[in-house]
Formats: sequence, structure tokens, C-alpha cells
Amino acid sequence: MTDLTKLKIAEARDLMKKGDLSSRELTEAHIAAVDASDQLNAYIVKTPEIALANAEAADKKIKAGEQKGMTGIPVGIKDLFSTKGVHTQACSHILDGFKPEYESTVTSNLWDDGAVMLGKLNMDEFAMGSSNETSYYGPVKNPWRAEGSNNDFVPGGSSGGSVASVAGYAAMGATASDTGGSIRQPASFTGTFGMKPTYGRCSRYGMVAFASSLDQAGTITRDVRDGAIMLECMAGFDPKDSTSVDMSVPNFEAALTGDIRGMKIGIPKEYYLDGMPADIEALWHKGIEWMKSAGAEIVDISLPHTKYALPTYYIVAPAEASSNLARYDGVKYGLRDVPNGGNLDDMYYATRAAGFGDEVKRRIMIGTYVLSAGYYDAYYLKAQKVRQLIADDFRQAFKQVDAILTPTAPSAAFAFGEKSDDPLAMYLNDVFTVPASLAGLPGSSVPAGLSSEGLPLGLQVLANAWEEETVLKVSGVIEQAAAFGAAPSEWWR
Amino acid sequence: MSNYRIQGATGDWEVVIGLEIHAQVTSNAKLFSGASTEFGAEPNSQVSLVDAAMPGMLPTINGECVRQGVRTGLALGAQINKYSVFDRKNYFYADLPQGYQISQFKHPIVGHGTVMLDLEDGSKKEVGVERIHLEQDAGKSMHDQHPQFTYVDLNRSGVALMEIVSDPDMRSPEEAGAYVTKLRTILRYIGSCDGNMEQGSMRADVNVSVRKVGDPLGTRCEIKNVNSVRFVRQAIEVEARRQVDIIEDGGTIDQETRLFDPVKGETRSMRSKEEAHDYRYFPDPDLLPLEFDDAFIEAARESLPELPDAKKARFMEALGLNDYNASVLVAEQDSAAYFETLVAAVAKATGKSEGDVAVKASNWLTGDLFGALNKAGKSIIDTPVSAEQGAGLLALIEDGTISGRIAKDVFEIMFETGKDAAHIVEEKGLKQVSDTGAIETIIDEVIAANPNQLAQYRGGKDKLIGFFVGQVMKATKGQANPGVVNKLLKPKLDG
Repeated sequence: MTDLTKLKIAEARDLMKKGDLSSRELTEAHIAAVDASDQLNAYIVKTPEIALANAEAADKKIKAGEQKGMTGIPVGIKDLFSTKGVHTQACSHILDGFKPEYESTVTSNLWDDGAVMLGKLNMDEFAMGSSNETSYYGPVKNPWRAEGSNNDFVPGGSSGGSVASVAGYAAMGATASDTGGSIRQPASFTGTFGMKPTYGRCSRYGMVAFASSLDQAGTITRDVRDGAIMLECMAGFDPKDSTSVDMSVPNFEAALTGDIRGMKIGIPKEYYLDGMPADIEALWHKGIEWMKSAGAEIVDISLPHTKYALPTYYIVAPAEASSNLARYDGVKYGLRDVPNGGNLDDMYYATRAAGFGDEVKRRIMIGTYVLSAGYYDAYYLKAQKVRQLIADDFRQAFKQVDAILTPTAPSAAFAFGEKSDDPLAMYLNDVFTVPASLAGLPGSSVPAGLSSEGLPLGLQVLANAWEEETVLKVSGVIEQAAAFGAAPSEWWR
Repeated sequence: MSNYRIQGATGDWEVVIGLEIHAQVTSNAKLFSGASTEFGAEPNSQVSLVDAAMPGMLPTINGECVRQGVRTGLALGAQINKYSVFDRKNYFYADLPQGYQISQFKHPIVGHGTVMLDLEDGSKKEVGVERIHLEQDAGKSMHDQHPQFTYVDLNRSGVALMEIVSDPDMRSPEEAGAYVTKLRTILRYIGSCDGNMEQGSMRADVNVSVRKVGDPLGTRCEIKNVNSVRFVRQAIEVEARRQVDIIEDGGTIDQETRLFDPVKGETRSMRSKEEAHDYRYFPDPDLLPLEFDDAFIEAARESLPELPDAKKARFMEALGLNDYNASVLVAEQDSAAYFETLVAAVAKATGKSEGDVAVKASNWLTGDLFGALNKAGKSIIDTPVSAEQGAGLLALIEDGTISGRIAKDVFEIMFETGKDAAHIVEEKGLKQVSDTGAIETIIDEVIAANPNQLAQYRGGKDKLIGFFVGQVMKATKGQANPGVVNKLLKPKLDG
């Protein structure tokens, strides 16, 4: 029998529809695969009982002719999404023991359609990180290794568990979240397809907040079609999130026509960085050629405020985070540390000192500083203005072009510890992904080739707000042209 | 201009007062969650996941609270801002689950308005309202439940408050008290706040500074959470005196937050400016700016009842009431409503115009009924004598069925038993006698029985007519129509 864990979502869906496969079979294979993936440290909690119960319900659904795109499909859930009665801690020590009494809207949508929950996935603490090294539960290993090497690499972050589980055949798809690149960058590092929709497309209800004006749920899958299917299930207006937008969700899969003839694809000159690795620049040029061959027109564009995106992001996101994370104080849930004879302030100090990791503390301090009296105008207010300028850059660009093509990240996956002592080097990972996050635009990372070391590299596709279909369509064309057939060696199994 | 002055060793000092009133918005649900707002429930029984700041929970605006904020602004003649923004006010406290309060900082929902004060000497004074903004209330810390721990009740957490900020326009404790009273009246009229200060639905932060008349403003202190009109007045008196004493002793006032202790009659420092929080206000990214259109404002405007000032003016101009009666009647909407029902019913029963019966009705209401209610410890809402019944009584006086004197007795019985006036008059045979024949007979008997008094009267002591009237009334058990008695008695006495 074929390895069921190698199936794509669309393939499994079609087999189940024909009655050639049950969700139970599919789920059992994945439960075994999850157990076999322990070395990757992608899962921090496994929920096989829930998975089997979900699978049974899904099989009934399918029999009753009520199958939808995600019915019976085993998925992993980033620890950022609240799952009722199941460990939800955003991989932070400060939320020790927290099991919510509620379900996030995004996961509710998955379960309503009959998806199967395999467990909760590792991530950078509170989604703050680009290598999954800040998790309280330890780093995730990238399933990919460099050619001829046994060295481990980071999977990227913050959705490290999401990409590792999907690339490592321990989930058919995974939920992820993107604040400054946390879907796209790790997708690029692991040869997976990462899709971040427009801000407001997926509800944030039940997502542990990092930076509210930037956080957006999305998908990690093994190909573009699977991303379209999964996103369609997760997306939709939610009155419980004031920033969710009341727009109907299109049939995303139907957008994958493969036909981009006559489309205009923008190539922003500001994304040519000094010292950009040659293999990444070469891949980008390949992508441009693929677009041309598919009948699209290449347009050189300028996004003049691109260089301010990273500093802007690292003011706005920490500012919001410093406030969003104030609720973790030892009073209501999670960790509480009270020194002997200590008062309320002592409890705050001790709990937050013990509960937050270094990167989270760093961002709380940055955020607190930029919002402080006397600094607000110079930092936060100015950053908000620059953010507008960056959004305006894109608005102007999308008057000329339908989509923008860039590399996803300035490097392939790197080694553990390589950047964790140098926050600035780490933050530079987000240089290509952050601008679209600040503008709230949809974007993807499509596996497009390998680095000189044999590690995966992705190309980023961006489109105007609410143009997920354009992102998916162009991504599909890249996927086809790249014919990315490489796979990790499954050393962990 | 207020003449209120603090007498110091170096001369007279003027006190400058501004008030921030926190008024709980009348609504079934909290500002950003669906949890109930009812007072007095078991601790932590009215707490949603949002109020408890569970991870990933998001606020969504309650439209009713917005509508009430707009109605309040309209009632104060204030500018309504169609665009406003909710900000986060960040600080740590155990009863603040989010670690921030959602409030409005730079862009409040309501801009400048005014409150007109009616002062005890009959004069008026306009006080400016700088702004009104909507914000969440915090929970309640309970320090007396356990020897080592503080308990937290989150029922109040997230309840909608209007913070109504006055200009520093008040110059005496009386004006500040009148401001709170008037504001409370207006809020209760329009139903945007129940004004219940004992339950904490209305609380005042009082800003006080002193200066020599004509000098620039002094440094102010803010007295937090004062919860009655009386305490507002007392707190200002003692705080102003404290400040004068410090300055006259050569000291300076530190800008700080203070608490009023009504038992000791003093204010105490809570935290100084150095310890003041840096609230790090910034727009709440979980909420979009609040925007509404003219139609929303107009609908809010149409929902407003006649406001106290307009009602008072109408009572005085159209119904001829004096300032005092009009003020007393409009102070509570229920009193005003009672009065209007009363006047309409009396007019209907007597066939007279409302203008002709209103003054007497107001005198009876503010005198007899309020007096009896006051004595019985009741409010107009639980009066045993309804407006219709009151009208029945006044109509009997008006058409001469009973005298004003008898009416007092009848009213007493009405108040005790809740029976109608006509019924009591009938039952007790209290109808006024206006039959001239019957009265003449009694007059003749009285004159005959008092020859001495008659002689004195005729000898020039004409004040003795009162004596004869009294005797006639006594003989008729008060039922003789006094007008008729007077008319018939004089010619007979004069012989």
C-alpha cells in the first residue's frame, strides 16, 4: 500500500469521495507519522483520541454526502490557536497549564467542515522569532538537511512546527499565523507552500495575540491547491472580531486556472539587496522567466519606502505586543510566581521574569519604550505614518501590476544558534515579508528551487488586498514551472 | 460670580474646581462584551471571556452604549464627534484583567457642551463640559476576604462608563454640588445613567486648586472617587483649606492624586506626580475607529425627552409656576410627570384651563404631598395617592365641594388608605355647606349666643369678625363654605 502520509489534501479528498479511502485510515497513518516525527519536535501536544473521533465523524459525513474540502483531512494546529480543552500556550512558559474553554474561529471552521486534529504545533514563543528557537518547548528541527550533511537546520519561524509537520509528512496541512513573515519565511525554509491572506480575511478570535494590527491566520500545505482548499475553509467574516471584514469567501481552488496570460507582474527594484546570495537572486530571475513563458508581462516597479519597513515593523509590532502581553500577570491563569511575603508588584515581577523568554522580554521592553510619554511621537506615531507610506507604495504599484514577485527570504535555512545571539541579523530574515504585512496584503511563499547547499528556497507572490485568487493563481504557475520535486530524506522516521 | 472665599491669614482665597464624573451607562450588556451589567450579582457571575481577558479574546463594541453616549452629549448641547477612537490606557492592577483599560483619549465621542446650574440664591451659572468619552470600568479588588490574599470580582470589569469632564468653571462647594446634582438629573431624564451614587453608578473625581482672586490658576490636586454630593462639597472645603494653609505657611502644592476620608474629614495623598503612571495610550488595534452618520445622531436626538431646563421654563411660562416650585418639580422626572398628569386631570375635571389650576396644583404637590412623602420616607414613585386621585381632591376644592381646611383632613385619610377623595368626603359627610338659608340660621344662632362679643364688635372691635367666623365654622364642623359665611355674617353683625 502507498504511504498515505504522502498524499496531498486534494488527492485524499478525491479518494475519500470515491470511497477508496476512509478518514480513519488516513488518520491512523498520520497518528503513526506524528509519533515517528518526535525528533523534529514539531508537535508539543498530540491528540490521537480527538483525531480518531474526528475521523469517525468525518467518515459519517462523507457517507451522508456532506463532504467538504477539509472533511476527514488530518491537520496540525499552531499552538497560537485556542483549542477547547486542549493545551493552548503559544509555546510560552507563562501560560503553563492553560486550556481554554473556547475554540478559535479559524479552528472552529476547520472542525465544522470535519477536519481532523492531530495535535498542537511548536512555534516561537508568542510567535516572536524567525527560527523557532524561542519556544519554551525547545527548537523545531527542519526536516531538510544540506546535501551530504547530517547537520540540523532551523525550520524558520515563527510557524516552525507547522512547516516541519507538513514538510515532515506528519500533517497534511497546518494552521499558521503571519505577523511579519511567520508563514512565508518558514515555508520558504522547508519547501512548503505558505499562504497568508489579506488582513481581515480570517478571524483573529481565539488566536493568542502578538501584534493585533498585523496578526493574520493562514495555511501551510504541500502544494498550492491544498493551500487554496484549506484557506477557503478557514476564512470568513466573524462578528466576534471587529477587524474581520464582511466579504464573501471565493472558491479559491477555482482560481488555479494556470492561465496568467496578459497579467502584469511587478518586480520591485528595492528588493535587490546588497550581498543577496547568488542562488536566491538566480532563483528570482528564474521566476521572472517562468512568468514570461506563461504569457505574463514583467513590469519593473518601485516600492520606495521598502527600506523603512523593518524598523517600522519593529516599532509597531513590539508596541502592540507590550500591551497585548500585559494580561499575563499571574492573576488569572497560567504561571504564578509569588516570592515569600511578596505583594502584588512582587508577583508581577517574579511571574513575568520567570514566564517570558528573552526575545519576548526584549520586545516588551522595546514596545514599552516606544509608547512612553516623550517617545510616542518620535517612534510609534512616526512608525504609523511610515506604515501608511508603505501601504501607499503598494497601492500605487497595484495600479500598474496585478501581482508582485520577490524572493521570500534573503537566505535559505540556517543552523541553530547562528543568529540567535544577534537580534538584528535574525530580524533581517523578515526583510522581504514585512512590507506586505504592514500593508495587510495577501502573500504566499512557493517552493521554487534549492540553494547551493541543497536546501529549499521559496518565491514570494503578493497581490492587492482581497486578491488571494491572484496570489494563488500566480503561485500555481510558479509551482508548475518549478516542478519542485525535491524532498527531504526522512532521516527522522 | 460666587462669593465663596477661604479666609486665610494673608487674605481671601478663591477655589477653582473641575469635575470628572464617571457615569455608568445604562445598558443590559457591557461596553465590549455580552455579559450582563446588573448590580448586586454574586461575585464573578457576570464575566465573559473578554472581561476576564482570556488569551485571544477580542472586544466588539456594544451599539447601545454608543447611542447612550451620543444621547448624553445631545442633552448637554454638546458637539457630537462622528469619528472617535478607542485607545488603550496601559497599567497593571489586579482588577484590570487586560492590563489596559479601553478608553478614548485623543478623539472622544462627545466634544464641548454645557450644564446650566440653578443655585440656591436663585441665580444661574453655566459650567462648560470639555468632553465626554466612553471607557471600560475595572473590576473590584476585595482586601477584606482573606488575611493574606486579595480577591477580585470582575462583574464590573468591562462595564461601560461615560467620563464627563467639566471645565474648571466652578468656584464653590455649592456650585460643584449643584453641578453633580444637575448632571445627575439630566442623565436620569434621558435614561443614560441611573445616577445611583450609593451603588457606584456615578462617581466624581474632584480637581481642586486655590488662588488669590485674579491670580493665575494654582496647582491642582485630584480627589478620586467621591461618591455623594455631600462628600463632593465636604472634600472641596477641606482640600481648599489644606491648600491655603500650606501656601500661607510658605509651602507649595504638589500635583497629586488624593483620597477623601469622610470619617476623619480630611484628604490623604494617594500617589504623587512622580509615582503617576505613564499610561502609554495608543489606539486599540483590536477596534476600528468608531464612526456613525447623521441619521444615527438624529435618531438619538428624537429619542430624547423634554429636558429639565426646557420643562422648567415651560412650567413657569405656560403654567405660571414660580421658580422655586418649577425647580423642585423638574428635579426628578417622576415628580414632573406626576405634576403634568395632575394638572391635566384637574383641568379636565373642573373644565378650567391648565394655566388656571397649575399654581394651586403645584402648591399642593410640593407642599402637602411632598411633605407627607418626606415624613413617610417615601418617594414620588411609591406615593399612595396617585396623580388622578390628587386631581380628584383638588377638583373638589376647586368646585367648592370641600374647603381647603377639610381638604387637608381628606388628604390625610387618602394618604393612609389610598381611597379616593370623593369617596372619603361622601363617607364622612364632609361636603361643604353653601346653602345660604342653612348658614344664615346658624349665624343667627351664633350671634344670639354671644351678645358680649357682638356689643364689642359694634363698639369698634371689628377684628372680632374672625371670632364669629370661627364659631360658625365650628358649629358646622368646618363644612360651611367660608366665602358664604363671610358674605352673610358681616351685614348681620353690622346690624
